[in-house]
Amino acid sequence: MEALIHWLVMTFPPLSEGLARFIVYVLYSAVLAFVAPVIIVVAYTYMERKVLARIQDRIGPNRAGPLGILQGFADAIKMLTKEDVTPACADRVVFNLAPILATIAAILVFAVLPVAPGVIGADPQTGILYVVAVGALGEVAALMAGWSSNNKFALLGAFRAVAQLIAYEVPIVLSILVVVMAAGSMQMSAIVAAQDIPFALTLPVAFLIFLVASIAEIGRSPFDLLEAESEIVAGFHVEYSGMKFAFFFIGEYMHLFASAGIATTLFLGGWRGPFAGPDSLPGVLLGFIYFVIKTTAIIWVMMWVRGTLFRIRIDHLLDFAWKFLVPLGLILMVIVAVALKLPVAGSSGLRWIALLIANFVAALLMVIGVSALARHTRSAALREVAGAE
Amino acid sequence: MTIEYATQIFAFIILTLMTLGGGLAVVTSRNLFHAALSLILSLAGAMGYYVLLDAGFLAVVQLLIYIGAISILILFSIMLTRGLMVPGQVQRNEQWWIAALVVFLTFVVMVVALWQTVWPIAGEEALRAPNVAIGQLGAALVGPYAIPFEVISVLLLVALVGAIVLAREVENHSASADVETGE
Repeated sequence: MEALIHWLVMTFPPLSEGLARFIVYVLYSAVLAFVAPVIIVVAYTYMERKVLARIQDRIGPNRAGPLGILQGFADAIKMLTKEDVTPACADRVVFNLAPILATIAAILVFAVLPVAPGVIGADPQTGILYVVAVGALGEVAALMAGWSSNNKFALLGAFRAVAQLIAYEVPIVLSILVVVMAAGSMQMSAIVAAQDIPFALTLPVAFLIFLVASIAEIGRSPFDLLEAESEIVAGFHVEYSGMKFAFFFIGEYMHLFASAGIATTLFLGGWRGPFAGPDSLPGVLLGFIYFVIKTTAIIWVMMWVRGTLFRIRIDHLLDFAWKFLVPLGLILMVIVAVALKLPVAGSSGLRWIALLIANFVAALLMVIGVSALARHTRSAALREVAGAE
Repeated sequence: MTIEYATQIFAFIILTLMTLGGGLAVVTSRNLFHAALSLILSLAGAMGYYVLLDAGFLAVVQLLIYIGAISILILFSIMLTRGLMVPGQVQRNEQWWIAALVVFLTFVVMVVALWQTVWPIAGEEALRAPNVAIGQLGAALVGPYAIPFEVISVLLLVALVGAIVLAREVENHSASADVETGE
């Protein structure tokens, strides 16, 4: 970004630095807000269909264009031409605002996503905290959509959505905290710079917590209770059609990409890779390619999970968050904090090993604790049955 | 510099409209749900002021706590009330004049306070200084302010436990005794 601003000032002398900065950032925001959603939605819906088809032993879309790559555009045109239905007693203003807010909430995350060396919308010190905070807007949008539709299934879906989002926000924040402690900063660029070894290798437990919780946060299978067809028709967006539904759809895929991008930045070293760097144009492009490859790999894992696992029950869903992921995150946080303060922490190689050992200790403690608890409850239940007889 | 200044003024105007308009809608809206949503708009405007003042941490915390937590709580709780079902809410009760009096007195006190305070003005170099607030804030919370910080967390814990105790269903004692003896 800075290099581009410099180049603009050099090439067009009447431009002042402030004006050049303004132009560059406005253009970048426009790309994020208008170009990126189209590309992301078209590319990843196609990928999702193909991957799921492959898992389910089908062919997937193959009519529109070679290998069906134009399927996304066909869907978009269909969405645009659909009738726009508003329920009779809906709260019109809120009903129309909700899909917009849902999309905005997803796009806002992109502002702090370092997609390539030196290319980042804003790099505040509170970078990762901002990501957590912006997630809250999605909850508001879900509640608005569910309530204004004047449909009990939509409202139930919204309640479920918010309960799930709140429950899984806690493990996400805990795993982010572990990364922040290891990196020593909340700034996105500093977190990327701290990963000489990607945190996925030194903090694997935190990575898993983040991955599981972010799948739940996006509401994808096996955590897709918010749109469980057999239970509540389609969740909070049941009454939406045409372009308004498309907005929710865009928001969902933007959220998917944003979450995977955050996971890449936090745990896979972001844009880092061989020969990538902010100094030259090929280095920057290479960094962008690394970022997209890593993000797509994470999205692919999410699709794989979606194609493999079945939906879990709502009480299991909440239990899993509060009774497994949150305690695991807390244990991990304490142990990693101790490991970071060990005297060996000075030399970086030993520091990473200490972190890795801390992770395994945390996972081990949690597994022992959970199995002991399960044994205890099971024997208590058995005693109760025996006593009743 | 000029373009920065212009965008700042522009943003300030929009944020002011957001905050004041939202606040006005909170008290004038006859629909409880709309009032809550307007409150979110107003709080978002206040968050924008923090961004303009270069207080990024405060802005993010405002978003996280006021919009992410408190507003969701308000939305949830008004959905559980019956008031939501009644389309046109009565907006005042017999205590309105007491409220008006308190509001007026608060307003007077605030105007006097604003008028009489001498506002220290930071120089240019303070604006140019790198923003290192978060590190300092963190160090302050575990250093000189460790005890107040812990007291606040204990207070929150007490509130949490108290809320659970209040919300728990009152058990029938004889019935629970039966369960314990394994009947």
